[in-house]
Amino acid sequence: MNLIDDFRDPARAHALFARIARLTADIGATAQAPVTIMEICGGHTHAIFRHGLNRLMPEGIEFAHGPGCPVCVLPMPRVDECIEIAEHPGVVLATFGDAMRVPGTRGSLLQAKTSGADVRIVYSPLDALALARKLPDREVVFFALGFETTMPATALSVLQADRDGTGNFSLFCNHITVPPPLRAILEDPAMRIDGFVGPGHVSMVIGTDPYRFVAEEFHRPIAVAGFEPLDLLHAVAMVLAQISEGRAVVENQYARVVRPAGNPRAIAAIDAVFEPRESFEWRGLGEIDRSGMRVRERFAAFDAERKFGIGYGSTRARSPVEIEGCRCGDVVKGALKPPACPLFGTVCTPQTPIGALMVSSEGACAAYHQYAGLHMAAD
Amino acid sequence: MRRPPFTDRTVSMAHGGGGRAMRDFVADVFVSAFDNPLLAVLEDQARLDPGGLVAPGARLAFTTDGFVVRPLIFPGGDIGKLAVCGTVNDLAVGGAIPLALSCAVVIEEGFDIVLLRRIVASMREAAAEACVNIVTGDTKVVEHGAADGLFITTAGVGVIPYGRALAATQVRSGDVVLVNGPLGDHGAAVMAARGDLALETTLQSDCRPLHSLMTALLDAAPGTRCARDATRGGVASVLNEIAVSAGLGVRLEETRIPVRPEVMGLCEILGLDPLYLANEGTAVAIVPPEQAEAALAAWGGHPYGVQACAIGAITNEPRGRVTMRTGFGGERLVDLLAGDQLPRIC
Repeated sequence: MNLIDDFRDPARAHALFARIARLTADIGATAQAPVTIMEICGGHTHAIFRHGLNRLMPEGIEFAHGPGCPVCVLPMPRVDECIEIAEHPGVVLATFGDAMRVPGTRGSLLQAKTSGADVRIVYSPLDALALARKLPDREVVFFALGFETTMPATALSVLQADRDGTGNFSLFCNHITVPPPLRAILEDPAMRIDGFVGPGHVSMVIGTDPYRFVAEEFHRPIAVAGFEPLDLLHAVAMVLAQISEGRAVVENQYARVVRPAGNPRAIAAIDAVFEPRESFEWRGLGEIDRSGMRVRERFAAFDAERKFGIGYGSTRARSPVEIEGCRCGDVVKGALKPPACPLFGTVCTPQTPIGALMVSSEGACAAYHQYAGLHMAAD
Repeated sequence: MRRPPFTDRTVSMAHGGGGRAMRDFVADVFVSAFDNPLLAVLEDQARLDPGGLVAPGARLAFTTDGFVVRPLIFPGGDIGKLAVCGTVNDLAVGGAIPLALSCAVVIEEGFDIVLLRRIVASMREAAAEACVNIVTGDTKVVEHGAADGLFITTAGVGVIPYGRALAATQVRSGDVVLVNGPLGDHGAAVMAARGDLALETTLQSDCRPLHSLMTALLDAAPGTRCARDATRGGVASVLNEIAVSAGLGVRLEETRIPVRPEVMGLCEILGLDPLYLANEGTAVAIVPPEQAEAALAAWGGHPYGVQACAIGAITNEPRGRVTMRTGFGGERLVDLLAGDQLPRIC
């Protein structure tokens, strides 16, 4: 099976579009009274725009673009702190590529690199660990970002560093988890989402059980989906079928990868190294209880927050520094489309991102700007 | 007077110092390799025969490009081949016949002379393929840490025969957009060759001179409006430039865009788009519809154009924008990127 072409087969897509249209008509959704489906994951947002799926949906279907882009939701003060660490003499700051351009209040890592900080792009935390072994006289700090998808690899890098006694390696931990913001969105009175497309890679780690509250407490259907266009269309059809039948359960479209209980070994690695913080700030959404992770005391030697004396919580001012007029918070709740924000495309562009969602290519605003600019008015 | 054989193993500051060490180094490593009478006389400037320039209406094309690449040697080429092909291609896509090149190098102290000879040899080979000589040059050596191994700057002059006036402003609605082969080979090959992806691939850079491919195109489709060398920023960036200059739209058909499965696979893993990957031997040509078939046939018969195809057309709207019909019949914008493509997290 060709995992790229088969999941992009226009003939199969055609059948799914027909089914989606039929279900939309059954539900009675119209442009005036649409069904709103939130794709939680930034990878899904990107795929929807890249393949032009939003343009092919019936009028009664609207996508709301969720908070699932870890780079986008990183609060600006955390970027500042990361730059502060990178500027320490002797530090090599290792990061995923897409974190390079995220703006803090005084610039991005890309700018810090230009000014002389030793910032290097890696593709995995294990590459950062290898770098630490290669440069024993330097402190290699890995900018640990991302949801449950990237957390197991970060955890493994700490476990391995601990086993090998690599003392010059640490994490600046900004890992976040998917279920808490989902709950925050569902509890928000402005929320108007009828169903969810659940994240694929995150669910590969945590399984589908952690989403049961979406169906059981909030009576919203959710279908975990893969990232190819046919996966997304299939998941949309599954959510619509539930709505049309008056059901609300967790379904798994991505069963070729995702198991209900997830990956136990990955979960065990996460649990061994990380624990939830009481609360963590999300750019655009504010503080969310138990939504961020920190390194456990047992692995304090690999925690850059402890090594560099950077705390999170009582020790620092956390008032979110956001620009007036920025409506990212409303966009991630599905209450506003990106082009309706007064800053969109004028002062806030991919070159000069102001709001969180313009920062990474997976942010909803960046995806609109990059792929849909010509239809902004129509959308 | 016979010089003693040149046996140094690494480049030192003395090789750029202007004295005997530099004279021997330049003579042995560069002049003997580039081997042509214009360079061999070692004057401060090369003196060129005006060649085809004396014909009425002919014009001189002049271009320059600096080359930095890591790693210096990659599958399908190296910085030397790149430095020659890049400048030859900048001349060729303007309809110019390359006349002569220059070569200025900045070498970091400690550079391996065996490696340098290998790179210089591939410059000579690429120049020979492009039927052009490297007729003047300069050598500088900088201290360790002041450069990343080797930087090469080449400049080139060429002759544009009377009657050729390729320009984006000539583009008309209805014209056809052609490429001579699969996109993104160079960008993907170099990325994989850097080794930090830990991916084993068989990818090869498309680094190659396009002078004869362009001649074949212009003979078969003399009405060709313009052509561009789709290097940094890839085909997407070049088409955006053309759309803006022409004040017209470009509409691509995703299903017709040639990309090798290996390149597509790398892009899928890293979240990159092959439309924005660098090429070093891929031209975009805009031709009038009635000559598109002849143009494609000419490219298809050339070794560097076997997989040539039409990937889209010029439209009236949206002005200055590139759009693409996706495989599903969806539509999206193909915008300029803010900066480099950065691999994404997950």
